[in-house]
Amino acid sequence: MRERAKSWVLSLLLLAAILFAWHLASLPKAGPTAAMDPEYAKLMGLDKPKSDGMPSLATMGTTIWKHVSNPFYDAGSNDKGIGIQLGYSLGRVALGFFLAALVAVPLGFAIGLSPLVHRALNPFIQVLKPISPLAWMPLALYTIKDSATSSIFVIFICSVWPMLINTAHGVASVRREWLNVARTLEAGTFRTCFEVILPAAAPVILTGARISMGIAWLVIVAAEMLVGNLGVGYFVWNEWNNLSLANVIFAILVIGVVGMILDLLFGALQKAVTYVE
Amino acid sequence: MSLFDNPYDSESRLSCACGRHASKAAHEADAEVLSNQALETAVLKALFPRDGERRKFLRAVGANAAMGAIASLFPLGALQAMAQEKGKLEKKDVKIGFIPITCATPLIMSLPLGFYEKQGLNVSLVKTAGWALIRDKVQNKEYDASHLLAPMPLAMSMGAGSNAVPMNVATIQNSNGQAITLALKHKDKRDPKQWKGFKFAVPFEYSMHNFLLRYYVAEAGLDPDKDIQIRVVPPPEMVANLRADNLDGYLGPDPFNQRAVYDNIGFIHILTKEIWDGHPCCSFGVRTEWVKENPNTFAAMYRAVLNAAAMAAGPENRATIANAIAPANYLNQPVPVLEQVLTGKYADGLGGVKNVPNRIEFDPVPWNALGVWILTQMKRWGYIKGDVNYKSIVEQVYLMTDAKKRMKEEGIAAPADMPKKIIVMGKVFDASKPDAYVASFAIKKA
Repeated sequence: MRERAKSWVLSLLLLAAILFAWHLASLPKAGPTAAMDPEYAKLMGLDKPKSDGMPSLATMGTTIWKHVSNPFYDAGSNDKGIGIQLGYSLGRVALGFFLAALVAVPLGFAIGLSPLVHRALNPFIQVLKPISPLAWMPLALYTIKDSATSSIFVIFICSVWPMLINTAHGVASVRREWLNVARTLEAGTFRTCFEVILPAAAPVILTGARISMGIAWLVIVAAEMLVGNLGVGYFVWNEWNNLSLANVIFAILVIGVVGMILDLLFGALQKAVTYVE
Repeated sequence: MSLFDNPYDSESRLSCACGRHASKAAHEADAEVLSNQALETAVLKALFPRDGERRKFLRAVGANAAMGAIASLFPLGALQAMAQEKGKLEKKDVKIGFIPITCATPLIMSLPLGFYEKQGLNVSLVKTAGWALIRDKVQNKEYDASHLLAPMPLAMSMGAGSNAVPMNVATIQNSNGQAITLALKHKDKRDPKQWKGFKFAVPFEYSMHNFLLRYYVAEAGLDPDKDIQIRVVPPPEMVANLRADNLDGYLGPDPFNQRAVYDNIGFIHILTKEIWDGHPCCSFGVRTEWVKENPNTFAAMYRAVLNAAAMAAGPENRATIANAIAPANYLNQPVPVLEQVLTGKYADGLGGVKNVPNRIEFDPVPWNALGVWILTQMKRWGYIKGDVNYKSIVEQVYLMTDAKKRMKEEGIAAPADMPKKIIVMGKVFDASKPDAYVASFAIKKA
């Protein structure tokens, strides 16, 4: 217990150090406004305080409060609250991830069960796996001819591989004894799959799913920056367009927190299916 | 004039969109007149580029006779009828794509200021991340109509850099309105001859930006393909790249030139107006197939944007417009930046205040000659190869020609292509001899 308290104190100290460094880095610098033609200064926006470069902690605080206090506003098709943007991104990730699971788990089973299928598919998997998901984007836009579907496709294609490989690995490494016991009990293939192999391989499959989800969340932001129109990635792009660092940093924090929550969810799920031998 | 009425007076009415009329009805009536006027002004301006000549002509024959004479030459009536036909809309919900730059002003302001609504259209404007994406979304039929760079509809129709999809240009969105912005560290290198090895950005290959930058440096004796580097960077990312020292400069659309000044990153070297005064920049385009399927909706959109362009042409409305298009839903930019772009009174980034009222202009007529000039530059820099039938391509894409064809059918003699002279850096362009024009340049690829 004391160890835990110590770690908390250390975390808080680190946070304080980071915030202090931030505060020092964002201290306002005195501008050469005095010597400037007042009309010119006004056109440059120097008559009023303006965000220039790194936002101060106070600006950051008001920015975060502004977004968090009103997360679901809707001011037209290109300006919606962070809650709505997150909803779009999570929806895309969920859909792409679900489709990937639908393909990866059965296919992974087949690969894990049959060395022949494994050898036949392996070259394809090895070539397709290392392709950066965003490299698919232009091709997807061209062939699918729909930007929303294209971003879901990109999530799909990047989520498929870790789940596929982990499922295959999990299925292939189920202990022989268990399969033999199932055989002596004259269990059918179907029953063996669902009652022996699936529970045995579940922790490994979920590890794959957890990795996939992490990648999907990484990719959606980039995909939305590229394709635009709603989602957290679009939010970042739109604020970059406005060169508003405070809003961009806010979005980064949100992306980090949501990614962490997703990971925790999968961690809990993994714990639930893990068994003690 | 409700603009000067006391807003606290319960008797005063503030129901007009532009603030210049007592009631909505008066505003609408005026908008109609304005849209007709915009067409007539464009024609008159084309016939008499110099005011003195126009006045002399009007004095000699009288305004009414002049009107008649011009109408006999030019189907003003047909154009106006086209702008007024109010058939049943085939499609009420229209999706229009745009890039968040001031060039899109007429098509953006039409939403907050109610020009679309007045035509019975329910428009959703979709902010888009880059020009290649706009092209793909237009070709994918995701967008009904879109903000396009003026050369894009020509390139798309010809299949240059993409599949061939026949396109039409309803109106030119804006003329002028761009600039060459350089990083502050280059403030002593104002002569383009010193730019060897510079890294420049333009928003798209098929853009006026690319062609004007190439033209400008080539006039200074630099080969744009060898002596400098030209990269394609989406407009919003230009400022960030300039700050990161990833670029030496760019020929970009506004507000990103002014934004670089406002954020103290760069300075405005020259406005593109100084390269070619009155050059087209962006256009409002649709697929030809879509026009055929939705002629009434197209006419309604055309009317809305034409009305908006007429309002934007008035300098007195520019501040209202800057406020209307600044929110996050549209350009997402500080109002002072947009005001400087639209009013032409701006800080140049070097400590000076400039006053150039026609820094950006809104002249909606898609003249053929403009398209021909664009094609000559595409030919000059190797974007299109072989024999180019300049005239017929432009006539298929720029809808001005549609009117001309009808004139020919009616047996009316058509005026020559855009009597107003195109002069680019002192060199006169003759749209009837495009091949000779291409051949006349010392630096070219073809």
